[in-house]
Parts: sequence; C-alpha cells; structure tokens
Amino acid sequence: MADTLQTPRTAPPHVDELEAPPAAKRFSFLTDRWLAALFITPALALLVFLSIWPLIRLIWLSFTDYSVTRDVPASFIGLDNYIDVLTSPIVHKRALTTLIFVVGAILLQTLIGFAIAFLISRRVKGRGALTTLFLIPMMLSPVVVGLFWKFMLDVQFGVVNSFLDSLGLGRVEWLTQQRLALFSLIVVDTWQWTPFIMLIALAGLTAVPKYLYEAAEIDRASEWFKFRRITFPLVWPLLLIAIMFRAIEAFRLFDLVYILTGGGPGGTTETLSYNVYKVAFFGFDTGRASAYGILMVIVVIIAAQFYLRYLNRLQER
Amino acid sequence: MAAHIQPSGLADEGIAGETATPPVRRRPRIGSGFEIIVLAIFAIVMLFPVLWMLETALKDTGDIYAVPAKVISGWTPTLEHVKDVFSSNSPVFSGFKNSVIVAAASTIIATLLGVPSAWAYSRFAIPAKKDQLFFILSTRFMPPVVVVIPVFLMFRDLNLLDTLQGLTLVYAAFNLPFTIWMMKGFIDEVPAEYEEAAMLDGYSRFEAFWRVTMPLLIPGIAATAVFALIFSWNEFVFSIFLITDPGTRTAPSAIAGLIGGTTTDWGLVAASAMIFAIPVLAFAFLVRKHLVAGVTLGAVRR
Repeated sequence: MADTLQTPRTAPPHVDELEAPPAAKRFSFLTDRWLAALFITPALALLVFLSIWPLIRLIWLSFTDYSVTRDVPASFIGLDNYIDVLTSPIVHKRALTTLIFVVGAILLQTLIGFAIAFLISRRVKGRGALTTLFLIPMMLSPVVVGLFWKFMLDVQFGVVNSFLDSLGLGRVEWLTQQRLALFSLIVVDTWQWTPFIMLIALAGLTAVPKYLYEAAEIDRASEWFKFRRITFPLVWPLLLIAIMFRAIEAFRLFDLVYILTGGGPGGTTETLSYNVYKVAFFGFDTGRASAYGILMVIVVIIAAQFYLRYLNRLQER
Repeated sequence: MAAHIQPSGLADEGIAGETATPPVRRRPRIGSGFEIIVLAIFAIVMLFPVLWMLETALKDTGDIYAVPAKVISGWTPTLEHVKDVFSSNSPVFSGFKNSVIVAAASTIIATLLGVPSAWAYSRFAIPAKKDQLFFILSTRFMPPVVVVIPVFLMFRDLNLLDTLQGLTLVYAAFNLPFTIWMMKGFIDEVPAEYEEAAMLDGYSRFEAFWRVTMPLLIPGIAATAVFALIFSWNEFVFSIFLITDPGTRTAPSAIAGLIGGTTTDWGLVAASAMIFAIPVLAFAFLVRKHLVAGVTLGAVRR
C-alpha cells in the first residue's frame, strides 16, 4: 500500500487556465421558446415584408381600376378585371403560347437531359470533368444566355446562319419568323436548362445500388430489361421532381423572351409573364395587370403545392 | 434515397487477397464507341455557344461581322473589347461595381437571417413546422414579373426605387427561402446530441449553438452563401424594373441595355457577358459538390 494517509497540502494545487465550462450560464435567459422566436421572426418578417405584403396589395389592386400614371385614387370595381382577363382572346392566345413553350421545352430537356445523364453514368473515366463541362449553361445568367443566342441566331452575321449558308441551306430568320421564333425560344431554354435535368437524373442514376444490376445479370436480363425494371423506376421520382421544378420555372419565363424576341414577331412568343409586363408597364393598367398576375400566382401555387407534396412524400420515405 | 456507391473493384478483391481477381469476361461492347460519339456531339453543342462568345469577345470588330463566320482560323485575338468594358466611361463598368455591392450585401443579410432560423427550424418543435417551411419555399416560386408590380409601388412610396438598398432588400428576401432550406439540410446532418452534451457541461442553449454547432456549419454556410451570391449576381427581372437610373443599375440590366440602340457593338456585348459570367463559373466550380441541393433550392438532398 502506498502511503495514502498523506497530510493534505495546505494550498490547493496550482492550475493555470482551468479549462472548465462556465460556472454561470451566459445567455441562459434565452429559453428555447425565446430563442426560436428570436431566430425565426426576423427571417419571416423580411419574407412578409417583401413577399406576402406585396401579394396582399396585389390582391387589393386587382379589384380596382388603379393605374400608376393617373393620379386618381383607385376605385373598387369588383371582379371586372378578372372577367376581363379571363375572357380576353389575347390572354387565351398567350396562355396557349405558354403551354406550347412549357410542354415543348420540358419534353426536350427531359429527353436530352436524361440521355446525357444515362450516357455519362455508363462512363467510368472522366465522369466528373464531363459533368462539370455540361453544367456550364445552367449557371449562366439568362441575360448572358439570351445575348449569346441573339447574336448566334442573327440573320445576317449569326454563326448558325453562316453554317447553314456554307452547307447550302440558305439563311433562316430564327427570331423574326412567325412560327420559328417560339421554336428558337424553346431551343435556347433547352440549351440552358438541359443540364439541370441532367444533373438531377445523374444524381438518381449514381444512387441506384449496383447489386441490383448484378442480380439482374445473374438472371441474364437484357440491357433493356435492366433499364426498364431497375434504372428507370429508381430514377423516376427524382426526375419527376426536376421536371416539376422546371415546369414551374418555364411557366414564369420572362427574361429570355425580353432579350431574344421582345414578344415578337406578332406576339407569337409572348408568354403570360411577358404579357403581364406589357399590360402593367406599357398599358399602365395596373389593376388589370394585378388581376392577371393573381391568376398566374394561383396557377403557380397549385403547381407548387403538387411539387411540395410530392417532395414531402419522397423525403418521408 | 440512400447512396450505395462502393469504390469500384472493392467487391472483387476477395478476402485478404487469397483469391486472385477472376478474369473478367468482357462482352464485346459495340455500343461503347457509339455512346462516346453521341456524348461528344452533345458536349460540342452545349459548349459551342460559350466558346463562340469567348471568341467574339477577343475578335477584332471587323472579324466579328465577317461572312462566312471565322470559326477557327483567320482572326487574331485582341483585348480591345475587354479594355472597353473596364474603361471609366463604359456603361457596364459601374454596373459591375453595383452588382458586386448588391450581391454581397444581400447575401450577407440572407445568411445572417437564414442560418439562425434554419437552426431553429431544425432543432425546436415549432407548431406547423413543415407547413411553415413549405410556405417559405413557395414564396420563391412566385412569378417575378407579378411580384414586381406591388414591390414597385411600395418602393415608390418608400423612395427606394433606383436605389441599391431597395434592390439589396429584394434580393435578400429572394435568397432567404433558399438559405433556410439549404442550411436546414446541413444542420440536420449535425447531431443534436453535440449541443445536448455541451449543455450538460453547463453551456446555455445559445452558447451550445454558437460554440459547438456553428464551427461545424462553416463549410455549409460558405457553400450556401456562394449559391446566394450567384443567384443575386445573375438576377435580372427585379433589376430592370426597380432600377432605371444608369448610375445605380446592376450589370445584367446594363449589359442588356447595350443591345437597345440601332446598332449593337457585339464585341462589347460579348466581352461584357464573358466578364460577367466568368466569376459565376469560378464560384460554381467551388461548390460543385453541392450543386444538386443548390439548384433545387435545397429541396433535393442526397
């Protein structure tokens, strides 16, 4: 036995810089409830100030005949604006244009994006570098993309026409010919956003467990069977998320139209967003534009609800 | 969706190397060469516009309008247009300065407001938490052209039109839903037990957040901030409607303003667009690991 019955030292042992938790809690007056309120309120306040309050104001404006340029106080006119917008043949045309654009762009983007992702996922080498290269268009500003293409599709000195010319196919008025302009718009949007679908499809594809393919291989499954029964069903939920996301974005498309065609020729590329802009900032018919906008917001909210519900279901799995 | 990716070849190693790797029977892959060609074509189509713009930015004005277009040879690079962009009287240069200010300030605001609330949403039992979060994200889906009408009127009353402060606020609100969602994902990955352990040691809840969780979140905050920076930098619709004064407008609307007149100096446009795009690409490269979460506004994570 060591001698445990030492006489205790008179002074406590000297320790420099005692690393111990603080004796008294600082900030302990912040209970969980207060902390949650303190942390969340400022963020929600900013959102209410710049998203919700404007929306409420928009709803109010949509029932009036207010105009930015006139200095007359707005008067209440009930549902007139809504009836006006919903029965206007121009709005119907613009809605059809938007629908064609959304369906065309999403279809092209999904097909090409998934194809590229599928091809990349089968490569072993250079996957990262390839993905990075393909993603460049998506990160560019719509302004930059719009200008790139406006220049490339120019009738006289655009490089696309120059190629066609040297192939002996003649020049094409990509952005100023009635039927072609909307198609050009779809092509440009596809160019920019195919990488988005590709990126998400690729994320889904690389997450498919390898053992499923191995098991299928043992059963001598064909490539097509593997694709149809393993790859596609596992990637589809994620792909659907990407498609819904893109569809909402395509529905609100404004910037590309603004830069590429300005809605022309003859209004054939005017999307709903662009039409709202014209009513609000050229027609100065603020009340009508508000009603128009509210109707668009309703469509977006319904679409977003579907999107978020689906996302929620996926996350809970 | 959990990722089951194992390093290639790991399964083939055998136990402690006692078995040699069996000879892999390769089916002749006819498709492979074809696939590579298709990929290459896609890659060329996707990249050509970018390369063409870069080329245009470096070409002499005469070469830009040459018919047929000089694609590969026949032109000598010049930095004339790039110099024009940075000259003091160019309309684009002040746009770049304003863009830097607005993007940086709005990102800082969105991060300062977003990170704490993301933490609160992640850690506390908040009534209707899911609904609140989905509501926050859905504000991001509003069509900008529609939202800009009431914001325009509001800013006119508050004298915020044509000011950088106003635009900064709008961008901060625009980035906030993204910041909250993205950060909530990062915070969910940090176990709450760390904070509980710290609280057992005598820290208060706030200190536990600040001293324990916060340092672990720095990389996530950096990635989120980079995305917010890119979104603000690229944003166009609010910037053209809320700012018309050439002195305070941001780069996207300044560049778009270059094509308004009767003649367009495409060399200058190309040079400005490239200079505008290069920082974005550099930043995007930095956060490439988080791209899936970033471009889906933090909604999809793996």
